[in-house]
Amino acid sequence: MPAVSKGDGMRGLAVFISDIRNCKSKEAEVKRINKELANIRSKFKGDKALDGYSKKKYVCKLLFIFLLGHDIDFGHMEAVNLLSSNKYTEKQIGYLFISVLVNSNSDLIRLINNAIRNDLASRNPTFMNLALHCIANVGSREMAEAFVSDIPRILVAGETMDSVKQSAALCLLRLNRTSPDLVPMGEWTARVVHLLNDQHLGVVTAATSLITTLAQKSPEDFKTSVVLAVARLSRIVTSAAIDLQDYTYYFVAAPWLSVKLLRLLQCYPPPEDAALRSRLTECLETILNKVQEPPKSKKVQHSNAKNAVLFEAIALIIHHDSEPNLLVRACNQLGQFLQHRETNLRYLALESMCLLASSEFSHEAVKTHIETVINALKTERDVSVRQRAVDLLYAMCDRSNSKQIVAEMLSYLETADYSIREEIVLKVAILAEKYAVDYTWYVDTILNLIRIAGDYVSEEVWYRVIQIVINRDDVQGYAAKTVFEALQAPACHENLVKVGGYILGEFGNLIAGDPRSSPLVQFNLLHSKFHLCSVPTRALLLSAYIKFINLFPEVKGTIQDVLRSDSQLRNADVELQQRAVEYLRLSCIASTDILATVLEEMPPFPERESSILAKLKKKKGSSKLPDLDDVRRSVNGSTDHAENTEATETSVSNTVLAFSLYRTEPTGIITLPCDDDFRFVCKNNGVIYENQLLQIGLKSEYRQNLGRMYVFYGNKTSTQFLSFSSAVTSSDILKTHILQTVDPMIEGGAQVQQILNIECLSDFSDAPVLSIQFRYGGTLQNIAVKLPVMLNKFFQPTEMTSQDFFQRWKQLGAPRQEVQKIFKAQHQMDSDVAKAKLLGFGVALLDGVDPNPANFVGAGIVHSKTTQVGCLLRLEPNTQAQMYRLTLRTSKDSVSQRLCELLSDQF
Amino acid sequence: MIKFVLMVNQQGQTRLSRYYEPVELSRRAALEAAAVRCCLSRNKDQCSFVEYKDFRLVYRQYAALYVVMGVTHSENELSIYELIQNFVEVLDKYFSRVSELDIMFNLDSVHVILDEMIQNGHIVETNKSRVLAPLTAINKMVDG
Repeated sequence: MPAVSKGDGMRGLAVFISDIRNCKSKEAEVKRINKELANIRSKFKGDKALDGYSKKKYVCKLLFIFLLGHDIDFGHMEAVNLLSSNKYTEKQIGYLFISVLVNSNSDLIRLINNAIRNDLASRNPTFMNLALHCIANVGSREMAEAFVSDIPRILVAGETMDSVKQSAALCLLRLNRTSPDLVPMGEWTARVVHLLNDQHLGVVTAATSLITTLAQKSPEDFKTSVVLAVARLSRIVTSAAIDLQDYTYYFVAAPWLSVKLLRLLQCYPPPEDAALRSRLTECLETILNKVQEPPKSKKVQHSNAKNAVLFEAIALIIHHDSEPNLLVRACNQLGQFLQHRETNLRYLALESMCLLASSEFSHEAVKTHIETVINALKTERDVSVRQRAVDLLYAMCDRSNSKQIVAEMLSYLETADYSIREEIVLKVAILAEKYAVDYTWYVDTILNLIRIAGDYVSEEVWYRVIQIVINRDDVQGYAAKTVFEALQAPACHENLVKVGGYILGEFGNLIAGDPRSSPLVQFNLLHSKFHLCSVPTRALLLSAYIKFINLFPEVKGTIQDVLRSDSQLRNADVELQQRAVEYLRLSCIASTDILATVLEEMPPFPERESSILAKLKKKKGSSKLPDLDDVRRSVNGSTDHAENTEATETSVSNTVLAFSLYRTEPTGIITLPCDDDFRFVCKNNGVIYENQLLQIGLKSEYRQNLGRMYVFYGNKTSTQFLSFSSAVTSSDILKTHILQTVDPMIEGGAQVQQILNIECLSDFSDAPVLSIQFRYGGTLQNIAVKLPVMLNKFFQPTEMTSQDFFQRWKQLGAPRQEVQKIFKAQHQMDSDVAKAKLLGFGVALLDGVDPNPANFVGAGIVHSKTTQVGCLLRLEPNTQAQMYRLTLRTSKDSVSQRLCELLSDQF
Repeated sequence: MIKFVLMVNQQGQTRLSRYYEPVELSRRAALEAAAVRCCLSRNKDQCSFVEYKDFRLVYRQYAALYVVMGVTHSENELSIYELIQNFVEVLDKYFSRVSELDIMFNLDSVHVILDEMIQNGHIVETNKSRVLAPLTAINKMVDG
């Protein structure tokens, strides 16, 4: 290869770049750039026609300017003109400019398409490649429409050059991603899969990317790719490196292709065919063996390439999760890497091992590395590696090692980086609760958490410790004693004061027998912290004081004096003042009996999923947004799920119980769930079901992604209902939870209430179903009703200025984000009614945005646990035609679709 | 998939950027600055993969120049790490020991090389001579 001269003959470009490099300040640079832009613009506008060479030079300059972060708003036309040049260099620079600078909704697309069409037809492979690159890079819908039929043909045609096939494969991948509806795969499927057999490894590499993406979308259609992928992989790993000379990288045969093939196999379960399966196992074993062999080169590139394949093979082994032997071997290999001198390897080994920990076959093997991982936590110099070590400890934790792991995490917390403290706190809190055999350990752990990292202990954590202490009477005395001791410290975190105030207020009596913690000592201790605390904590402490008055009549006088002091009764904060006044009055006028009733010990909390777990999941969710490309998610997903089920076991049991009752006698009348009840889209209260016997009424309220529904069952007869039971079934993305079961007997004429909690995890369209069963006069009645829980219930209205509105409206311009429906009015077209309905739907109505005052414009955010989807809508009534036009734009197409369905039925 | 490829020098100046997912111009500058800060703040003992927002940065340092790729979590980090090395080796072969100046003065050639190796965020070609084939053809045309 000849050395290339700097500047490659384009002197003007070289001078310009040197000038920029010599600029002493940002201002000077901007000035120089503006000068150049003016120069180029005048050249383009000038009368003299530019030759190809000058055009190329100027376009190169524009590219450079764009790279420096300046917007380029001209030159596009000149670039398009270059496309029709016959000189490769000019054509190439034209395409480069377009694929770097032109976005998919440019109005030049038609012109570009013409050039592409000519080049595709040219039969010149280099020109065809340029054209295909361009389609793959711009990938607009208009391009997809124009070329979608040509590209598969080029891809599978026998006479197509290899390099063109490669480009065509990735071009098709792009079109499939941007306009999947346009790409008809059916007829090409078999031939595309067959590309895995192609002689040319470059073609196979490109084809594997394409097939992996397609297989994720429709696995069934591409099932045959498994056989071919295994065969290919087997040929690569068993070949002597010499056979694949062109694709050997530092003595490793086709590492990138191997990685891709292994990734493709992760779209499928282990092969069922025994021969195929053993061939794959053999491949995986060979890959594992190769790592043990003496290296063929001392270069780090050699071992990196080898390990890249290894890690992907391990990912596949974990994905299959079916060969105990391989899983354990993988684990041992990763164990070796944990002590490797390359940081990259240690990082990746920790990460992969985290996945292995969730497999039942390798969990024990992973646990044997606990000391190494703990050591990593202490000695690693890179915070991201330590973070992985924390993740792994969390994943490998079980009953047998929980005490050790929690202790290590706690001691690491003292020096941990600020960025990961909150996550560690949550993890420790979860592990401590999940594996607590004796709850004194749990209480100690949480108090330690507060002591070490009080600022990072979120509300969820200290709420949870209080819930648990209240629900378990065996630990209450210990908790009171421990918080009392912890509060002795001269400086303690406010969170500790909160927990201490609450627990002593409830259970201080359990330690009051000891003169060292007599009521007065307890009170003085709490009150000594009072002045250092924020308003919410002070409010909590005041409640603890009034509880003290009930628990310990002997300190009543002291506490009343405190309440009576000016700093309380005349406190500037309304909440504190009100509490002081009311508590003081209460303590003066109420009799001991009344006090005892009012200030009774808190009743146990209903069992529910730990809010901490929810918080941790949320944290994870925010840092790793869902990605269509991500195959690994399925593996991650299953680990999460495992934790999930274990932690929620208790709460699920209620529903299960209700179910088993339901199953005993499947006779009687069954009312089938009716279709979507559109009456309740815009309102939250009313009667949802009524027959001669029973009336079911609803009241519901929603806040963000949570909802609470009060269900009222009215017995319309004069006879009692017996064995009454109810259960709610819902999809996974809409969690429902019945707070208390109803008394199995409902008297004639009586009404009972039941509370239902609802949580929206993601956008949904299926409503939950309420099934009720009871005995009336000897016959069993079964009723099933769809509960009116629709996506729009999780709306939160958003006010915004008209400028903001239009800006966002534009941002949501992708074709699938918008849904529009034109429909005939079913009701009288009254503006006030329409307004009320839209407000009931949940959006904020924005005045003065639409120039036509008869139109409605609204905005809101649909909240779900995983995402928040912003939504803009516009409703245009046409009273003459008795029609409406409804347009919705949201950032998620399924949401747009669903909301449009719901709302268009209302008018 | 690969979201973007950057070449940035130690002063934080971008020398090459290629995005495989549309990113607005205003956000590019911020992203490039953040990515380079991320890499510059790390030393040789630290690993070459950094979690960044919802994706991961894989980087390699060559003297004063950093090559950074943003990848989704579905990518194999080590294979991307070696892809960077392969890319730089190709540049080395073409420019016979590549320097920052070569990249600035021959932005178009560097783009051609990159486009031959990565298209649309996926690896297409890793064989050095095949990557260089189109450029070699041009140079022959120019010489001849």
